[in-house]
Amino acid sequence: MAATNAAIDAVWRIESARVIAAVARVVRDVGLAEDLAQDALVAALEKWPEAGVPDNPGAWLTATAKHGAIDLLRRRATLERKHEQLARELEDREDPDVAAAIDDQVGDDLLSLVFTTCHPVLSTEARIALTLRLLGGLTTEEIARAFLVPTPTVAQRISRAKRTLAEANVPFEVPAGGELRARLGSVLEVVYLIFNEGYSATAGDDWLRPELCHEALRLGRILAELAPREPEVHGLVALMEIQQSRARTRVGPRGEPVLLLDQDRSRWDRLLIRRGLAALQRAEALGEAYGPYTLQAAIACHHARARTPEETEWLRIVALYDALAELTPSPVVELNRAVAVAMAFGPEAGLEAVDALAEDKTLAGYHLLPSVRGELLARLGRHAEASAEFARAASLTRNEQERRLLLERAVRRP
Amino acid sequence: MRFMMFMKPNVSDDEWNPSPDAFAAMMAYNEELTKAGVLLALDGLHPSSEGARVQFKGDERPTVTDGPFTESKELIGGYWLIDVKSRDEAVEWATRVPHVQGESFEIEVRRVQEMSDFPQEVQDVIGELSQAPPEQTSAR
Repeated sequence: MAATNAAIDAVWRIESARVIAAVARVVRDVGLAEDLAQDALVAALEKWPEAGVPDNPGAWLTATAKHGAIDLLRRRATLERKHEQLARELEDREDPDVAAAIDDQVGDDLLSLVFTTCHPVLSTEARIALTLRLLGGLTTEEIARAFLVPTPTVAQRISRAKRTLAEANVPFEVPAGGELRARLGSVLEVVYLIFNEGYSATAGDDWLRPELCHEALRLGRILAELAPREPEVHGLVALMEIQQSRARTRVGPRGEPVLLLDQDRSRWDRLLIRRGLAALQRAEALGEAYGPYTLQAAIACHHARARTPEETEWLRIVALYDALAELTPSPVVELNRAVAVAMAFGPEAGLEAVDALAEDKTLAGYHLLPSVRGELLARLGRHAEASAEFARAASLTRNEQERRLLLERAVRRP
Repeated sequence: MRFMMFMKPNVSDDEWNPSPDAFAAMMAYNEELTKAGVLLALDGLHPSSEGARVQFKGDERPTVTDGPFTESKELIGGYWLIDVKSRDEAVEWATRVPHVQGESFEIEVRRVQEMSDFPQEVQDVIGELSQAPPEQTSAR
């Protein structure tokens, strides 16, 4: 029955993270928890087509996976007494109203799962793969296609990550007190890296790549409900909602990137903008100093509020960049700040800020540095110098269409 | 992809009168959608007695009929807009709308059109038309 299989897929998409998290709490091993959840899924594929999908499919899957855990621990108990005790405790704890018991605990379990898959003991790639697999319910093959790497590489990353977590005895828990903030940074970083990977997809790429933006947004929205008192979570959600609102205007018909000020604002997604503004408000309402995500979101929101580039509140944006540069100093932030300075105070001031970056080694191969410089020189009427900068930018970009546009700029005279 | 789930209560206005329990169940459902990260927007609609229908027929000028309307099957009570991975996921969410024993209603699940769904000619027209920001076309 194909219809039921499709329904089971959909149930898995909705429930898998919660099932894995609930089982991980009792077996204290996310790798084992995933295996048991998968076994429960196989059982569902056998039973549901005949018996029908149960009223509470998530509770059914969780209960089945937990029974699997008890069986497994029993079998192991012939070797280890400790496990037998755990199995007995588990059984004693079995609540008659499974659904209610799960609901009470589900938030904490999910949060523990996020903190585990994003644990600093893992490499960044491993964190990303494990998070997409265990929280997003993506298959190894889907992750591989989305990140343009071979499937065996991702499979290896995931199995190695599970082993690392087990060997390092990483506890399955929500970090307490001050540690929570520090560890949350790693979680938000993973979510934003997933978003940016999707955002960097180009025309002709596998459709799964831009899907990563949706995955990251969904993870962010889930996190916002799991940790509603953390302003940076809302800041990150706001940033992603606003960036995604521009998705359909940031690439031109021939695949060339369209910069923010040149985008057709009437085609920005108003619904996502509204959601982004609301998320920023939630961050601000918590009354703490802005973190880096909230600052970037605040800048993005200023652009989103302006109906034309001329209506942009550049002075406020410069101030926000000042704060961002202080919090997370980086030449890319400085370059963006320089653009805002040029808009707020004129091209001369902007050029001064850009020239301060000329010696920065990290920007050496970055085509936007000469491209911004060329733009400012052109506005100052220094056309020969501007042409040279556009030509240099053209030699640095990897996008064919962008190279063509930059070369056109290099020979164009006003 | 985005889906719209329309609530069609299948009863006329004066019969549509959900209990406090039914309301609580609906609130819990909405919260579940939020926690799952899929809910984009939702609204409930006032009874059709506060609405109107504007009908277009052939060459005639449009005619306006005030509510309430009696064909309960055609009434819409509200909607959810959700962001999910597949049509199956949308249908699964629709089957989870709380159902108080004895009540009958219908949820219609429809996919929201996106720019990329239109043929290229249509996209070009929309692209040209949208060059001017909408604010400039309205009288201010």
